[in-house]
Formats: sequence, structure tokens, C-alpha cells
Amino acid sequence: MKHIISVLVENKFGTLNRVASMFSARGFNLESISIGETEDSEVSRMTIVTRGDDRIISQILKQLNRLIDTIKVIDLTRQPHVERELLLMTLKLTKTTQHEIFELINVFKGKVVDIKQKSITIEVIGSPDKINTTIDIFRPFGIRELARSGAVAIHRGES
Amino acid sequence: MNEIMHAPGQRLNGSEIFFECLRREHVEYIFGYPGGALLKVYETLYDVKDINHILVRHEQGATHMAEGYARATGKAGVVLVTSGPGATNTVTGITNAYMDSSPLVVFTGQVPSSLIGNDAFQEADIVGITRPITKHNFLVKDVRELAATIRKAFYLATNGRPGPVLVDMPKDVLNAECIFEWPETVDIRGFKPTIKCHLNQVEKAAKIIAKAKRPLLYVGGGVISADASAELRRIAIEQNIPVTMTLQGLGAFPGDHPLSMGMLGMHGTYWANQAVNSCDVLIAVGARFDDRVTGKVETFAQQAFKIHNDIDPTNVDKNVKVDLPVVGDAKHFLSTLLKELPKTREDRSQWLAEIRTWQEQCPLSYTIDDTSLKTEFVIDEISKQTGGHAVIVTDVGQHQMWTAQYYRFTEPRSIITSGGLGTMGYGLPATIGAAFGIKDRPVITICGDGGLMMNIQELVTAVYYKLPIKIFLINNSYLGMVRQWQELFHKEKYSFTDLSTSNPDFVRLAEAFGCKACGADNPETARNAIREALSYHEGPMLVDFRVVKKDMVFPMVPAGASISDMLLARLNPKTMV
Repeated sequence: MKHIISVLVENKFGTLNRVASMFSARGFNLESISIGETEDSEVSRMTIVTRGDDRIISQILKQLNRLIDTIKVIDLTRQPHVERELLLMTLKLTKTTQHEIFELINVFKGKVVDIKQKSITIEVIGSPDKINTTIDIFRPFGIRELARSGAVAIHRGES
Repeated sequence: MNEIMHAPGQRLNGSEIFFECLRREHVEYIFGYPGGALLKVYETLYDVKDINHILVRHEQGATHMAEGYARATGKAGVVLVTSGPGATNTVTGITNAYMDSSPLVVFTGQVPSSLIGNDAFQEADIVGITRPITKHNFLVKDVRELAATIRKAFYLATNGRPGPVLVDMPKDVLNAECIFEWPETVDIRGFKPTIKCHLNQVEKAAKIIAKAKRPLLYVGGGVISADASAELRRIAIEQNIPVTMTLQGLGAFPGDHPLSMGMLGMHGTYWANQAVNSCDVLIAVGARFDDRVTGKVETFAQQAFKIHNDIDPTNVDKNVKVDLPVVGDAKHFLSTLLKELPKTREDRSQWLAEIRTWQEQCPLSYTIDDTSLKTEFVIDEISKQTGGHAVIVTDVGQHQMWTAQYYRFTEPRSIITSGGLGTMGYGLPATIGAAFGIKDRPVITICGDGGLMMNIQELVTAVYYKLPIKIFLINNSYLGMVRQWQELFHKEKYSFTDLSTSNPDFVRLAEAFGCKACGADNPETARNAIREALSYHEGPMLVDFRVVKKDMVFPMVPAGASISDMLLARLNPKTMV
């Protein structure tokens, strides 16, 4: 099962490496990892998307906690939370596809961030599932390049 | 006693601060080797009289010595090495300490901050390299952070589950000056180990143990590092519960007590493994269900209700799913359990009688004759002549397993051995380290001819410091354990395990180092050689025991098999010489 884990860590060099290398050393799956400073400049928040059965997820949570630079580990999966990912994607643009592309951008509440004669770059924000769907729908138009931020997530309401 | 040379508030350079911090951590010994990045530290060290620097001959030796010292004394072992190759040479020793949870603080020199990342001379990213093999590590970027970092390093190494911590110190930081401040307290928000066990869990454990008809204590190194042997002894004896120990747990309970089942696992005793298979409650304390203990995990103590106490929550449910986890320090667990357990208990005499039957069916035994020498005899003899009161350090392989089987460990901290990593070459340097910490008991290494050669350079260190260690070399001219697996599982293809034509003459080799040495090749000469070595105190002594070449360690659970499928003896007697 997919899990989304939020980890508060010391904002120090090497922390991302400690977490990522723990995942690889212990053979845990790491679907995405994103990191950024929080309201406290000494603390960063990492959002990790991983998969595993209950035993593996429980090991992952404990191993994360064991790292000295880890301050707090929260498995958001079964708690109310908001999860978002950013997609930047450049598509081929032709006279015939142009109309349909613009319509779909509206459907996905995306934005055009750059446009050239033969290409268009769009941004879409949403849950990783929505991002997957977006990519599938736009694929037939020809994707030149794409970049995903990986999920970031936060508790809903007061925690 | 260390004398404090500089009071806080004085302006000092980095290397002076370094020694001030070590004084405040009550460091007696540093195992080190100088080099370019550490010149300033060694300049300061020249006038330091209250901390002993032990000059090693290879940085790997320094890490094993520090670990031997740490395991013998319970204090953190300290290593000091230069940047680049000095630092990378510590990697095996650090990994060994990590796997066996030994407190180590390793200080590495580093190229000047301005050169870091430039592939400078003798530069290695040792913080990056050792991240997965240390409990934590630090790169000190500013001399003002040095004292606090050293304080944290010792705190982390020795609190909670012990482990190695590395502090990387760039050359410019060691030269720079600042006002020396010693933080009296340490607060690391990401490090709050659970020492006290949850009372509810201990109460539950007590209820289950009280009702158990066939309980078994399975204890590991955690009992020794928590200094909980006395509590363990009381529980086992008051409740009449047999005790089996892991390799690292040997000595936690006296091996000569009737309730001691000896070691369990791959080369454990038949009766300990049978007891694991048949117990109704398994009480694991400070042990981590290692694969060499469990064999096939699905069948390990299948019918038992499993209680698991460990200070590290990641050890719970990692290899074997348990029924009642109790996270916390082993001493706290056992002492709380003592209070919670009722004085009246189940009658367990039938259970103990059953175990005794297994013991009689398949005891540990060996045969001797006058003309050849068996390892089991040598170890048995060492055990008898020392009364089980020596500090025994082993290397890795057959001799290690035979030591676990035949030496009667009666006290905690009396076996020092590489368990998790299985590092050949560990024995000699770890013995040297232990000998600096222990002066009132014989310190003995039992090692093989393969492993001894892996760190033979440290014999210089033992000779130079006149350490009265005994190097009991079990010389079968083979990489015996590998040979054993080749015979049992690899079609008797003895690929590169025969050392007979390439081994040196160990007696002459030792003498070249200035070490007293002799050989023995039958029970009589062996007995005399052990006696002579134990009464020689002027320096190290090596005894080259030329034992039979193709012996095998039994019982044995083949890797991945259930522990009920033990091999009790050699299948094909023709392969024995």
C-alpha cells in the first residue's frame, strides 16, 4: 500500500542524504521525496511517498525516527491531509492540436507558463493521481519534456 | 585522574580545545596515527601528559583496539586518524562497531575547509562514506562548534543503543582560535532514547511469564551493555528459567550454572536450540533475532509467545514478529520485571528435566589422542586454567564458534568478538585495546591463522607497550570455516582456503616482532604452553597451536534451515584427517 510520510528534520547539510541512503541501504521503496524549509529556518519538512505492507511501513517509520537529525515522523496516510504535486510539462503544439490542448488545460485547471511557435509549457498542480491522469491525457499530443516535483503534504486542520 | 589544564573562558586553538574536551569526557586512551591534516593536534599532544596516545600501525587496528577497550570497560573507545587514507582505513572498524553496538568516537582530520570538494591531497568525503555505518557523524565547520560537537559525539556514542560516532575536523578548524566553552548539558531534539519501559507492557510480560510452563530467556549483548547481568541472574534463578545466550550475550549469565543453556543458533548447543523449538514463552532481552540465531524465521520458536525487550525500537518486529514488544533499557526492563513477577511460580522441573535429556543425548564432546591436537581441547584447557575469569577476545571463524561452545564464560564483558560484521583481523587489535582497559585479569586472544595475518602489524603495538596479552593461535593452515562450508555445501571444492604452503612460521614471525613465542602440537605441550603463557607478564606471548587441519564445528544449522534441522556430526567420516 502507498504511504505518504511527513518528516521534520534538522535543516543541515547531508540530512537528505541520510534519509535517502537509509532507504536504499535497507531496500525500501522510495517513490518520491521532496524537501524544503519550514516556518522555522532550522527545520525542514520532507515528504516521502513509499510503498510497503504494514511490517515494512512500520520499519520505515522506526528507521526514520532513529536518525539523529529526525525531529518528528508522521504517517499522514490514514489521517486527514492535503497532498499536492507540481507538474511542468512541455508539449508539441500544432494548429490542429492547439484548440484541444487549451481546452484540456482548462479542464485540469492548469496554467500556460511558456508558449512558442511549436511548443507549449504548462503547469498543473494536484494530487499525484491527478498528475498521473494529466500526463496520460496529454501524452497523445507529444510530450517533449516533463518534470514532477514529487508530492508535498500537510495535515488538514489543527494537528 | 585527568587534570584540567585550561578553564572555560580562555582563548584556545582548535587542537587545544580538542584535548580539553577529551579531558572532560575522562578519556584515558586515544588509539591513533598521525598525518598531515592532524599535525596541529599532534603538536599539542606532544605536551599532553594526562591522556595516553597509543600509536598503532594501521588505522583499522586503531578502530578495533578502541572497540576492544570499549567492550572491556563499557567506556567509549577513542580513535584519532588523519584525513583521506587514514580515515578510509577506519571504515571496517567503524562498521564492526556499528553492527555490534559498541561506543566509539572516531576523530578524523580533514583537508582545510577551503579545499573540501576540490579533490585535494589526502581528501576523502569520510562523513559521506561513514553515514550509513555510524550512529551519527559530524563535519565541524567552525572552531566555535568544536567543543559542543565533541560533547554531542560522546553523548550519542554512549547513550541509548551504543554505537560509533565520527567527528571530521578540517585542518583550519584545528588551527583557528576561539573562546573555549564547555557545554555542561546536551540536548539533541532528535535523540530521545526510551530508557524506561512502559509499565503496562512489563506487567503484561510478568503475567505471561508467571504462567509459563516452558519459558526460555534468550539474551544478547544488550544485557551486557546495559549492565543488567545481576538482574538477569536473579530472574532466572528465582523463577527457574533456563537462559540461552547469543554470541555477544555470553557471560551475561554464568556459563557454569545449571540454568545456562550456552549459545543458541547456527553453532549453538543442541539443547538450546531444542529449547527454543519447544518453549511456550520466549523472553528475548537485548537481542535482535539475527539470522545466525534464528535460522529460518518462520519456524523459529513457532509455538512460543514472544516477548521482546530492546532499547532500539527498530529491532522489534524487524526479523521475527513478536507478541509483546517492550522498548527500553534491559536493566530497567529486568529490574521492573523482578518487582512485578509473583514469588509463587509454575513448577518448571519437568521442563528443565526435558532440556537435560537433550543435553545428555547430544552433549558437546570431542576426542583426544596423544599425538594430535584438537581446538576443542585447547579451548577447554584455556577455560580450565583461567577458571573462566579471563577476558577472551576472538577473531572470526571456527575457533570463534569453538570458543563460544567450550569456554565457560562466567562474567559479563569477558568475551569480545566480532559478531555482526564477522571481521577477520579483529582479534589481535581488539585484544590490545582490551588489555589497556583491563589490568587485573588475563587478556587472551584466540584467533585463527587466516585472521591473525590480517592485522599482524599490530603485534608491534603489543610488543612496544609490553602488554601481557596471550595470543593463542589456532593454526589449522586453512580458512577453516570457509573450508567447512566448501566440504558441506560446495562439492568439496577447496577453492583458495588451503594456507599450508603459504603461511609463515608463526613462531619465528612473532620473534621477529620481539614477541615471545612457542609452538604446541599435542595435548601435553599445549597444556604446558598455556600454563607458561598465563604466567608470563613481561609482554605478549604467542602460542602456535598446530591443530588438526580438517576439523569441523558441530552442531551446525545450515544457513536458512530451521534450527530443528541441525547437523550433529560430519556426514562423511572419510573427509576427516
